[in-house]
Amino acid sequence: MYVEKQKTLIIGVIGVDAHVVGNKIMENVLCQAGFKVVNLGTFVTQQDFIKAAIETGADAILVGSMCGHGELECQGFREACIEAGRGNIHLVLGGNLVVGKQDFSSVSERFHEMGFDKVYPPGVSPYKVAEDLKKDLGVSEP
Amino acid sequence: MSPDREYGLFIDFGSTFTKVVLVDLTRLQVAGRTQRRSTVETDITIALDAALGDIRDLLGRDVAYRYKLATSSAAGGLKMAAIGLVPELTVEAAKRAALGAGAKVVGVYSYRLTLRELQEIENASLDLILLAGGTDGGDRETIISNAEGLSRLKGLSTPIIVAGNKAAADEVSAVLKSGDKEHVLTENVMPEIGVLDVDNVRGMIRELFISRIVEAKGLKNAEAFIDEILMPTPTAVLSAARLLAEGTDGEEGLGELVIVDVGGATTDVHSIARGDPTEPGLVKKGLPEPYVKRTVEGDLGMRYNASTIVQVAGEDLFMERLGNEKVDLHQSIERFSMDPGLLPESKREMALDIQLASAAVRLSVERHAGRIETTYGPIGPVHIQYGKDLRKVKTVIGAGGPIIFGPAPEIILRNALFSEENPFSLRPQNPSFFLDEKYLLYAVGLLSEKEPLTALRLGKKYLKKLGGRKV
Repeated sequence: MYVEKQKTLIIGVIGVDAHVVGNKIMENVLCQAGFKVVNLGTFVTQQDFIKAAIETGADAILVGSMCGHGELECQGFREACIEAGRGNIHLVLGGNLVVGKQDFSSVSERFHEMGFDKVYPPGVSPYKVAEDLKKDLGVSEP
Repeated sequence: MSPDREYGLFIDFGSTFTKVVLVDLTRLQVAGRTQRRSTVETDITIALDAALGDIRDLLGRDVAYRYKLATSSAAGGLKMAAIGLVPELTVEAAKRAALGAGAKVVGVYSYRLTLRELQEIENASLDLILLAGGTDGGDRETIISNAEGLSRLKGLSTPIIVAGNKAAADEVSAVLKSGDKEHVLTENVMPEIGVLDVDNVRGMIRELFISRIVEAKGLKNAEAFIDEILMPTPTAVLSAARLLAEGTDGEEGLGELVIVDVGGATTDVHSIARGDPTEPGLVKKGLPEPYVKRTVEGDLGMRYNASTIVQVAGEDLFMERLGNEKVDLHQSIERFSMDPGLLPESKREMALDIQLASAAVRLSVERHAGRIETTYGPIGPVHIQYGKDLRKVKTVIGAGGPIIFGPAPEIILRNALFSEENPFSLRPQNPSFFLDEKYLLYAVGLLSEKEPLTALRLGKKYLKKLGGRKV
């Protein structure tokens, strides 16, 4: 029999941000892809993400940010994880991260520098996110 | 039940007094009551025997009672420690489960226990330990490491309830077994983030209370005189609260309610209420709230911590409310804390007592009730609700000596209300006030186990409605 520990993901929309539709779609796709998804919903603070990750022993945190304030909200996220003893956790970010027309590669670079392992542009397919996660977390297909 | 036996006896073994109330179950009347100084230190049955003698004298004959049931808060109450992982998550869940089971939570611990914390636990003469940590399938290391710490404590013989990560349960059990620690496994208090499951733990605590604690506290002797010591006193009050709120087959209850019980050592608040948002546009966040919720404020006792109440409420406010009279605040407070049995002597001290009780009610209900926090974002202000919205609760019941025996129960209870001064605290807006004037709630809770309908009618009959004007 094939047995492998199911990977646990914390997902949510960070900050003062009520955009729940993409969050629900993401939850759905990731569940179908075989992950254990802990969805914290909207209006989630950095601390909420990290505390849930500690309690659930999560493998990754997926942060959604739709309102354009991503840069402010995500500042210091990796450092807070390190402080909480989960410095190695896989951090993923996606959504409308910044306001205005900015070149995505420069946006992506800024968030990578902040310590996010994967940064996705607006409109990314949730299936791509699921596939990448499988690779990054070392999930082998049965 | 034997219908020909019309009387029920309800006993509360308190730390100071052993109280007995005699109820005529056919006529639904309190037929007598007595209290004797508790004799837990020597032999609990001495006080009980004397109290039962009082009741016999009162009836003028020996009768066969339909029930002789008891609660206990003697010998320090049911002392528990709650251990979890993250303070806002499994630690809080464990604490709520213990409080909801009527326990006195004397220690709350998070993350990995330090040697110092372990020693504290060993020396705390606890009755029970609740060990949680990790959601199901979540973190395993912390709860296992904490179990290892506990199992190494040579002097620890306290039973441990394990209610953490299911995936770690077997290992935790093996570790505790290796240290010869008595323990039971039950469902996780927080199986998932955002899901609170306190009922199993409450049931387990209740079971252990009957099977283990009653004997350990030297209360077992009493069972020669009575049927059973069923539960800790606060649990009986919670059961009564639930029955009064929900009603039972054949009779409606009062609906959602809040009970404020001001005592010498603590102020307890119980709410039987869902607490869902009562206005549109509120976003609910935070740990889900138990429908039957009890909070205990150990810093808001009218006597033991009178000075803390003044500190927390603010000395200026106190002086202002007392009309800036030249009350020697500190001297009176000192007198109160030195002798918890003290009753106010002068008019001024009485006024001070009312202020103390008022502050205790206001602060304890503020802490118990939910609150709204407003944050501003690109979509405008967002109102986030943490905890229970109690604004639409229609019944507030006052209990405890300072409220019942004091001259101004309604003035004190009004401090439980929603106030424009702090509109973000979601306290009841327009309730009716009642008093547990006869100190009967524990008896109602006990009787509810046997005859819910009789208990409900008795409880409703003896709640005294306060007439005053509504807001």
